Amino acid sequence: MKKTYKIEVDCANCANKMEEAAKKTSGVKDAVVNFIMQKMIIEFSENASEKNVMKDVISACKKVERDCEIYI
Amino acid sequence: MTKKQKKVLKRIIISAILTVIFSLIPSKGIVRLCIFLIPYFIIGYDILKKAFYGIRSRQIFDENFLMATATIGAIILALTSNGDYLEAIAVMLFYQIGELFQSCAVGKSRKSIAQLMDIRPDYANIEENGEIVRTSPETVTPGSIIIVNPGEKIPLDGIVEGGHSAVDTSALTGESLPENVFAGSEVLSGSINLSGVIKIKTTKNFGDSTVSKILDLVENASSLKSKSEAFISRFAKIYTPIVCFCALALIIFPPFLSFLITKNANFTTWLYRALTFLVVSCPCALVISIPLTFFASIGGMSRIGILVKGSNYIEALSKTDCAVFDKTGTLTSGTFKVRSIKSFSGTENELLHLAVCAEKASSHPIAESLKEAFGGAISKNVTDITEISGKGVEAKIDGKNVLVGNASLLEERNIKFTKNPDGETTVYVGEDGKFLGYITISDALKPTSKEAMLSLKKLGVSKTIMLTGDSALSASAVAKELELDDFFAKLLPQDKVFTLEKLIENKKKGTSVCFVGDGINDAPVLARADVGVAMGMKGSDSAIESADVILMDDDPLKLVSAIRFSKKCLTIVRENCIFAIGIKLLCLLFTALGNANMWLAIFADVGVMVIAVLNAMRALSFNFSLKK
Repeated sequence: MKKTYKIEVDCANCANKMEEAAKKTSGVKDAVVNFIMQKMIIEFSENASEKNVMKDVISACKKVERDCEIYI
Repeated sequence: MTKKQKKVLKRIIISAILTVIFSLIPSKGIVRLCIFLIPYFIIGYDILKKAFYGIRSRQIFDENFLMATATIGAIILALTSNGDYLEAIAVMLFYQIGELFQSCAVGKSRKSIAQLMDIRPDYANIEENGEIVRTSPETVTPGSIIIVNPGEKIPLDGIVEGGHSAVDTSALTGESLPENVFAGSEVLSGSINLSGVIKIKTTKNFGDSTVSKILDLVENASSLKSKSEAFISRFAKIYTPIVCFCALALIIFPPFLSFLITKNANFTTWLYRALTFLVVSCPCALVISIPLTFFASIGGMSRIGILVKGSNYIEALSKTDCAVFDKTGTLTSGTFKVRSIKSFSGTENELLHLAVCAEKASSHPIAESLKEAFGGAISKNVTDITEISGKGVEAKIDGKNVLVGNASLLEERNIKFTKNPDGETTVYVGEDGKFLGYITISDALKPTSKEAMLSLKKLGVSKTIMLTGDSALSASAVAKELELDDFFAKLLPQDKVFTLEKLIENKKKGTSVCFVGDGINDAPVLARADVGVAMGMKGSDSAIESADVILMDDDPLKLVSAIRFSKKCLTIVRENCIFAIGIKLLCLLFTALGNANMWLAIFADVGVMVIAVLNAMRALSFNFSLKK
């Protein structure tokens, strides 16, 4: 399953870091952060619960870039 | 400016004023430190906080860490030596100004790209109980009647039911001439109704409408990253730690050496250089400018009717060395026309009349072309029509036995005939065992095909090749006319894939093979090519799905525009890479040698970024639509 989330992040390098962090989160098959459109596209692994995974994704992203926002 | 940006601006102004005032007040020692710390914290508290959290979550090598270390280092240096705190505050101040400037520039670029692609209709007008109501296009079901006033965007795909108007499809196709529509015309969502009120019967949901498909394609395009982008993010990942270690090395080794040689460590000089080194090193200019260039190009290309599904395809497109085309519908218009008639007994019109009579029940494109050429109504008595599959038809016309079909039909019936030397599709006509003549039918070339092939060559595409399911004779006629390098005829869909695979195997290293096609049976070939280019949004859905690049109208010249655009885009990417990395390395060198101060360092960071962003935005304004 693929879902798109609106994000808010100020710098391009931070967006890259968020992408890395999201990719490493368990339950995420693939993640892409589009800095220009301010969007994050997450592809979930099978049997992953979107709610739990997104909680982990947010905390992982906050860890690498405190100033980011992901809107669920 | 956003709220966040305004807040930063306020902090910059307050901190700058305080710094000026404080530097006019004579003070010394710890008191001086304390008053200067006030503007320092005003301007830098968020950076320090972020750096602190960074260290705590082991993400130390980022620009916040760099700025925090550099400025705190500068303050300690000032405390121990001359009491000049100005530099630490100035660095922080300039860094913030730079960040603000950059966020405004990037924000503005983002907006102008987004605006360019803003073809999303906001509402649809539907009639409810005799009143016109505005509703969201998502809620309109297929088969509903919507009303579009002049100046409004057409919200959903459909067929005009009433009224007539001119519609501007430039947002979809890049075609600048308005198209005239009337009852029965098909209209695409995203076009703008120009002159009259029209009623449209919708044929698709909003989600399946052209406008949604285009937006979806373009907005998600950057999720497929090009090699240059991947290179830059890898580069940034290793670059920052390396620079940090270099800075550390600058603090340790040179003072140590100079202590050994001159007994004077000169520690403060080297610490200052190391800190400046850190300021120069921020990789943001690189990280933003490359994807922004690709994105601006995707936006700019969509404006002239070229949709690209990812920045990796822009890269591949720019390296096109071998362009492979499908024939029918791509190079030729796909409509058959009678080109010449050769009669060996009787008039040409008589021959055509016979052929039309025999084919009168057929709806084959060739039969249609015969009927079109004849124009009038038939005036003969036709009976006993039998279709001979793959060969033609046999019929009794005014009591005579007439054969109309290809060469093998006449061979089969042992009729002696003269072969058509043109090599095009030919309809032979025989009557009661006697050969009467033949009609040459050709698939008309698109008017721009020839120009497109010549322009491709000029762009450095070394091979142009055609693949077709048609006969070798008709293929060779087209290939000769267009001066193609090679062609493969009589190919079944799977043969096309096989032939293309061979071409890909034999391609020059670092180049790409692009395939242009439009039909359903082209889908596997489109998917297999390095760059699959589908023609026409009205083309088959499976072709659009498997293609990487979509040309909104079916003009082969658009491919030329696409390749030119992609080359230009890659040039900007290269410029930015070389410029940003080059200036940074130069500044790092100057710093290490002691020829640079923090002011230059800040310029190296922010100035380079802003110039790179401005350069990237050039990609938006290229105009390669080639329409006169």
